[in-house]
Amino acid sequence: MTDTAIKVEGIAKSYRIARALGRQPYRTLQEEVIALPANLWKRALGRSDSMETFWALNDVTFDVKQGEVVGIIGRNGAGKSTLLKILSRITQPTRGRAEIYGRVGALLEVGTGFHAELTGRENIYLSGAILGMRKQEIARQFDAIVDFAEVEQFIDTPTKRYSSGMYTRLAFAVAAHLEPEILLVDEVLAVGDASFQKKCLGKMEDVAGEGRTVFFVSHNTQAVRQLCTRCILLEHGQVAADGPTDATLSIYNQRLRDTRIDAETGLNNPENRRGSGAVRFTAVSVEDVTGAERYSFQMGESVRFKLSFKVHAPMKGAAIVVALRSGMSREMVTSARHVVTTQQMEAGSEGTVVVELPDVYIRPGEYPLYLHVSEAVQSAGKYDVLDDLTPPLVITPGGRWLHDNFDPAQPLGTFSLPSSMTVEELPGYEAHVESPKPAGSHLTMIRTGTQD
Amino acid sequence: MSAAATPARDNQPVTVRRPTVVIEPTSGWTAINLRELWTYRDLLLILAGRDVKLRYKQTGLGITWVILQPLVAAAIFTVMFGRFAKLPSDGHPYLVFVFAGVVAWNYYSAVLQRAGNSLITDSRLITKVYFPRLAIPLASTLSALIDLGVSLVVLAAFMAWYGIAPTWRVLTLPLWIGLIAVCATGVSLWLSALNVRYRDFVHAMPFMLQVWMLASPVAYATTIVPERFRTIYSLNPAVAFIEGTRWAVLGSSSITAPMVAITTVVSLALFVGGAFFFRRVERGFADAV
Repeated sequence: MTDTAIKVEGIAKSYRIARALGRQPYRTLQEEVIALPANLWKRALGRSDSMETFWALNDVTFDVKQGEVVGIIGRNGAGKSTLLKILSRITQPTRGRAEIYGRVGALLEVGTGFHAELTGRENIYLSGAILGMRKQEIARQFDAIVDFAEVEQFIDTPTKRYSSGMYTRLAFAVAAHLEPEILLVDEVLAVGDASFQKKCLGKMEDVAGEGRTVFFVSHNTQAVRQLCTRCILLEHGQVAADGPTDATLSIYNQRLRDTRIDAETGLNNPENRRGSGAVRFTAVSVEDVTGAERYSFQMGESVRFKLSFKVHAPMKGAAIVVALRSGMSREMVTSARHVVTTQQMEAGSEGTVVVELPDVYIRPGEYPLYLHVSEAVQSAGKYDVLDDLTPPLVITPGGRWLHDNFDPAQPLGTFSLPSSMTVEELPGYEAHVESPKPAGSHLTMIRTGTQD
Repeated sequence: MSAAATPARDNQPVTVRRPTVVIEPTSGWTAINLRELWTYRDLLLILAGRDVKLRYKQTGLGITWVILQPLVAAAIFTVMFGRFAKLPSDGHPYLVFVFAGVVAWNYYSAVLQRAGNSLITDSRLITKVYFPRLAIPLASTLSALIDLGVSLVVLAAFMAWYGIAPTWRVLTLPLWIGLIAVCATGVSLWLSALNVRYRDFVHAMPFMLQVWMLASPVAYATTIVPERFRTIYSLNPAVAFIEGTRWAVLGSSSITAPMVAITTVVSLALFVGGAFFFRRVERGFADAV
């Protein structure tokens, strides 16, 4: 018996996309009419001349062992979803071969096959059968599913009358009781609220803990870090990195940094940027106390954000806020609002500031940055926002929080309040000595001034 | 970690059998994987059940629609063709004669209507989960059987009303229904697969079914077609299964052995061809839908 769960050899997938109109060879109507039957037949069989080939996946090879929990990351369009669709047999590869040892359960969305007009009971059977469960298997699990979803009294009500929370819980409950040996999961966590996402993650940890193989595709690097022991990075349809999660994620973050936190590209990425255009961030970097650029810090370390901005229209002073978004729930942890200057700033002025978060009390996780610069007057309409900036700031357990790891099933928030403890009485034992740490962020001015 | 070390939950036996799925690009023409279809039989039944339940949800008349449709059609045909045009009905009361034809035709056209568009309606399933795609049109063949069953009960009531006793020939009824199912499934495999790429069939279908019905002996008997055109006429597979149903139920009709032979061959050809065509194009469904 082999201990391989998934074996992928040289998988490639091409799609045909319509060729740009300008390059379409000219044809007369008569030629079109004559060619029509042949073209219709070719299209029906999926072959056509007027199409260009686009390789969504190109020569992807890897093995997954039984019991491994593998994360797949990569940017949009890197081929993650295509790979999952091939492994779950929704679509066929153009080339290559994959072997799967064991029963596969694929969760590409929550509520596959659910129909709003059907009752909860009918939907459990329908969705279960579609996900590959036998009828008797669903019957055996039925009570457990209803319990998990907490919808007992509405089980014979059409699901269109359910609240969205009930609907999602029921849908997930069916999927959670699927018992495959290999679980393929895609962006399921993208739906639902934060607590639901945590429930999903918790359930997936259970599955992984039972020694089953999990193949997890996600944008959520924090979830990947928590769940996966191994991680594969896809870029342009090819495996760019494959190894321990930490190693792959740091490569991924490095690639993102190379292309995104940069005045030329990332800072001008309209998806992450909102602002009036009167003022713009021009450079962003994260440094430690020695001034070295890095993005991974232990709890308790100090983090410095070095931010440069340029004024493009007269501004009534300037103020800066640094915030971190939780990778899980998108909640924010913000610094104080630091006023850089209250003096009128003219177009062409530039400034660089450092905002320091001393002794971060933020819990381990990954936090995309949120940066805000505006006029010193709070009501002002001139501002620039960089939101969801990657690479994220990575906080790892450290200091007195060394054993304080993130558990998605039992969320503890994103922040540990600075606290101290005094042992008043402990006869017969030596008390542990803790060093209390101060909190609060500072702003250091490096330089401001007018260029030219 | 080996499978043996995997802790089994108390409600789940340890899986000993380890199926290996091989994913490879298939090329050329492949036959239906009957074994796989069999393992998905529960899904097939549940999908058919879903169709039945959904069809009459939130309708005032509910299942009455199943009876009302053929009843109204048969009544109009009886008045127009039986009373006014005085067409022959092979010696049976016109209403029963027409109703038997309508029942057979309605099953056929229901399968085509439901299956033809089924892959589009269930496109979310096709793009999100794997199962034999054949289950979707096949579920339509099964779900329409419920409507057929109800209509047959009404037909039996009519026959009792007119005092027509069934002969031994009624025992052949399942064979005729089987023939309709094979033919309808064959056509719907072509239609549903083509519909994924060419939505034209959504628009063509009602028209096609209307014309097809007029070209079939639903409201009239085959005997009104001149003798020399009968062979060509019976190339339409609907001719034999409609007349066959009448023969089984009413005891006699204008059916002939060559008609049955032609229809059987045509139906099987449509079915086998449709199955191969479906398999040929199904690998692209998820990308095309």
